[in-house]
Amino acid sequence: MAGRTPSVVVLDYGSGNLRSAVRAVERAGASVTLTADLDAAMAADGLLVPGVGAYEACMKGLRAIRGERIIARRLSGNCPVLGICVGMQILFERGIEHGVETEGCGEWPGVVERLQAPIVPHMGWNTVDVPTGTRLFDGLQDERFYFVHSYGVRDWKLVTNDRTPDAYQPLVTWAEHGGDRFVAAVENGPLCATQFHPEKSGDAGAQLLRNWVTSL
Amino acid sequence: MTLAVRVIPCLDVDAGRVVKGINFTDLRDAGDPVELARTYDAEGADELTFLDISASSDGRATTLEMVSKVAEEVFIPLTVGGGIRSVDDVDRMLRAGADKIGVNTAAIARPELIAEIAHRFGNQVLVLSLDARRVSGDVRTDSGYEVTTHGGRTSTGIDAVAWAARAAELGAGEILLNSMDADGTRDGFDVEMITAVRSVVDIPVIASGGAGTVDHFAPAVTAGADAVLAASVFHFGTLRISDVKSALADAGHPIR
Repeated sequence: MAGRTPSVVVLDYGSGNLRSAVRAVERAGASVTLTADLDAAMAADGLLVPGVGAYEACMKGLRAIRGERIIARRLSGNCPVLGICVGMQILFERGIEHGVETEGCGEWPGVVERLQAPIVPHMGWNTVDVPTGTRLFDGLQDERFYFVHSYGVRDWKLVTNDRTPDAYQPLVTWAEHGGDRFVAAVENGPLCATQFHPEKSGDAGAQLLRNWVTSL
Repeated sequence: MTLAVRVIPCLDVDAGRVVKGINFTDLRDAGDPVELARTYDAEGADELTFLDISASSDGRATTLEMVSKVAEEVFIPLTVGGGIRSVDDVDRMLRAGADKIGVNTAAIARPELIAEIAHRFGNQVLVLSLDARRVSGDVRTDSGYEVTTHGGRTSTGIDAVAWAARAAELGAGEILLNSMDADGTRDGFDVEMITAVRSVVDIPVIASGGAGTVDHFAPAVTAGADAVLAASVFHFGTLRISDVKSALADAGHPIR
């Protein structure tokens, strides 16, 4: 819709570099609020869930503001949510870091576990294997994105059936590092997520965020 | 291997201004960090590293403001090093907009700082900056390399390769390996030292020190560097980032 500015809340539930995320989404055409306020997060056209650091610390921070309920409630109402990096990982069932197992939001089945690659963290600009029908990666099939993580989801297990609406059929983007293959992004109805940092991925990341904001 | 070799320009910052030998003809103000960051971004830099050389706390506070300005305008990863002594220093830098933090002297004095930072913010934020050189005189280490401080002027007698391994164990996410022998020579990277450090750590290694021509970069990567960093050759316009990337690609290394 021409002239409409979608509203986005960037969920503030801990430290880390949130400023870049806020600015990047603003540049993508949204009016952005950085807050932990539940009502604001529910009312926004889009909710962005960032995440930096350890899984356990992120879930603790998220629970402290009842973030997992905000996410679940938005999804019940078909309201878009975008998770980035650990903000993607916490959408899965659980994470295992340093032997510590932490329950996640469980929106998707699967475990976040240490990457099995010769050099970890996986740090830098990598290619991704984009599925057909993607909206998030529209025009970005051959671009590199910036990753920085030691853990990932190596199995995609969500079960759908022939009654699942097309828009909810999950589109999974994969990436590979040092021989290990892991989920780089998921599009699944109102819930999207990227393991890489679009807000740090230059022009390609800016386009991905525009694609998301435009869909709100 | 599909991960691209990162090419990283390093900028010295004093009290929020980029200083020392910036010589871009197309810039109105070569000391403006945002303008410089944009220029390097446009040339294809994969990350930017700012080294805060401010001597005073006022200068450091001004650098924080600078980091936030750059982070609001330039959307590639930013590393900030120099004068980081505590978890609180890291927190302030991250909140200002840095993505990664370089720690050097403070970690030599108190290695637990590495674990403290990694525990609080994850190891991916922590770059151990390691200024190393070949031992000389009475100094002996197992690897033949030692850690130095004060820009290579002060010997510590600490084995540089062992220190790299220990830092990785403590939770460093990356090692910025500066060769104090090669630094400023423009004769090429210290590939032997890169190989020595690469063989003991399984975290990314950034090679630094000695870049003079585009042909110097590929051997550093072949020796095991995941990223290459340079300062003066980029600032003076001796080399362009795009030329370095072409040379890396010609040598068969993936680039962005």
